[in-house]
Amino acid sequence: MSTVSEDAAREPVISLRGVTAELGSRRVLRGVDLAVRRGEVVALLGANGSGKSTAIRTIVGQVPVTGGEIEIFGTPRRRFRDWARVGYVPQRTTAAGGVPATVTEVVSSGRLSRARFGVLRRADRDAVRHALEQVGMADRARDSVEALSGGQHQRVLIARALASVPELLIMDEPMAGVDLASQEVLAATLREQVERGVSVLLVLHELGPLEPLIDRAVVLRDGCVLHDGPPPRAVGQHALPGHDHVHPHADHAEPTRTGLLS
Amino acid sequence: MDLLNYAFMQRALLAAVLVGVTAPAIGVYLVQRRQALMGDGIGHVAMTGVGLGFLLSTSPVWMATAVSVLGAVLMELIRWYGRTRGDIALAMLFYGGMAGGVLLINVAPGGSTSNLTSYLFGSLSTVSESDVTAICLLAAFVVAVTLLLRRQLFAVSQDEEFARVTGLPVRALNLLTAVTAAVTVTVAMRVVGLLLVSALMVVPVAAAQQLSRSFAATFAIAVAIGVAVTIGGTVTSYYQDVPPGATIVLLTIAVFVVLTALSAPLARRRARAAAQASGDPLECAIPQAGPDRPDVRVPATRSPGDGAAV
Repeated sequence: MSTVSEDAAREPVISLRGVTAELGSRRVLRGVDLAVRRGEVVALLGANGSGKSTAIRTIVGQVPVTGGEIEIFGTPRRRFRDWARVGYVPQRTTAAGGVPATVTEVVSSGRLSRARFGVLRRADRDAVRHALEQVGMADRARDSVEALSGGQHQRVLIARALASVPELLIMDEPMAGVDLASQEVLAATLREQVERGVSVLLVLHELGPLEPLIDRAVVLRDGCVLHDGPPPRAVGQHALPGHDHVHPHADHAEPTRTGLLS
Repeated sequence: MDLLNYAFMQRALLAAVLVGVTAPAIGVYLVQRRQALMGDGIGHVAMTGVGLGFLLSTSPVWMATAVSVLGAVLMELIRWYGRTRGDIALAMLFYGGMAGGVLLINVAPGGSTSNLTSYLFGSLSTVSESDVTAICLLAAFVVAVTLLLRRQLFAVSQDEEFARVTGLPVRALNLLTAVTAAVTVTVAMRVVGLLLVSALMVVPVAAAQQLSRSFAATFAIAVAIGVAVTIGGTVTSYYQDVPPGATIVLLTIAVFVVLTALSAPLARRRARAAAQASGDPLECAIPQAGPDRPDVRVPATRSPGDGAAV
């Protein structure tokens, strides 16, 4: 995984060809072409409703496609089974469910793709701990996720994706609602992954602190690819159609989340 | 313990304990996926099974199991495909199940709505030998599923979309959860009754949440509460002439109230311990301006803009 040959470098880990998808009766994707090659970091940009989240969710199979082809590691998505190679960070504001769960319990779910019959062995527990260390949450391992701030929730979700030691990371707005401190931790985590040779496809609202990591940007508008190339510069980025500015806010700006311990 | 000398009481206690274990065990996953009232829905559907059992003069327990499993599968299918009007479809399933039960039992020879009562509210003293066998088998299935597949069920109940990307068979696990819930409803039917089943699935979990921070602890505490209240309710109904099902449910709610009252000071103590461990101050310290705090004194060059004096 760490040494990538020249041939493998050209092989796309994700490829979408003419993908169309509908939500309800509304056409959200109208023939999207997109490729992420090994070791590449691709940002998917666009205004709200441009179809960027839907594009990601067709790749993971959450939204059915109505046309076109999707391949993951060269295998058609329908026949792809090797999910341990993929780490996924869905768009969430919280990692909590209806019942309390600790940070470790949530992150352990991400290891199930490597654990046979759902039995976590020592190596699996080590991987979970390592994933928590990578996002700087190891000291909160035994805390309830309900007691975390928005940025910490996001770090837990990313640790969950990293627990299977994936070769490909797919992230849907990992920076949404994340305070500045967590944004920097996430950028550092991502840099570490990229240095390991991990390929990344991520939906972003704005490039922000991740900008130096991004090799290529794909801009969607109304379900079509508008731009595919080098990431737009700061000025261009702000000039994107429908761009709205999201200001990261500090932990304590969210009083309801500053639970018992933060 | 003279109550253990009676065979019917032994059966009743065994059935009660099994319900105390199984109902919270599957209930914790239902609460986690925010489908707390699913057990209630299945309970309604199971009534058709009871009616069918009377009509065909087969065991109502097994017939109720078959019909409620079918109903649970149907509910899961509605959840997949009928996204737009899912709630309406579910409502029709629930009330159709209840109406079907009432209709079938009145059609059955010698049957009347009063036969249903023991299934609606539970009737421990009439639990038969064959009922106990059925309850044991079904409870073993529920315990096996909820313990052996706990990590998979946790992942699917916590975040279905993520679970799909870990390669888990999400649909199969959802179906299994629904089927297990249906089986639990029929296990609990004889003890607390179809209309009160859901309480034993949900309230012990809600009570356990007041104390716990982890899923594993919530599971264990909920099952412990379940066993305690079912035994307590059954024994109470032996000494006092009160219906066991209702007693068990009221006891559970009492446990919830007590634990909720206890949880606030417990949480405060935990927060204080955590704050001491991490060195964070627990409360905000606002620096007071004044002669003893020269660092926050208003610079001499600044004065109130409108010339107001203090």
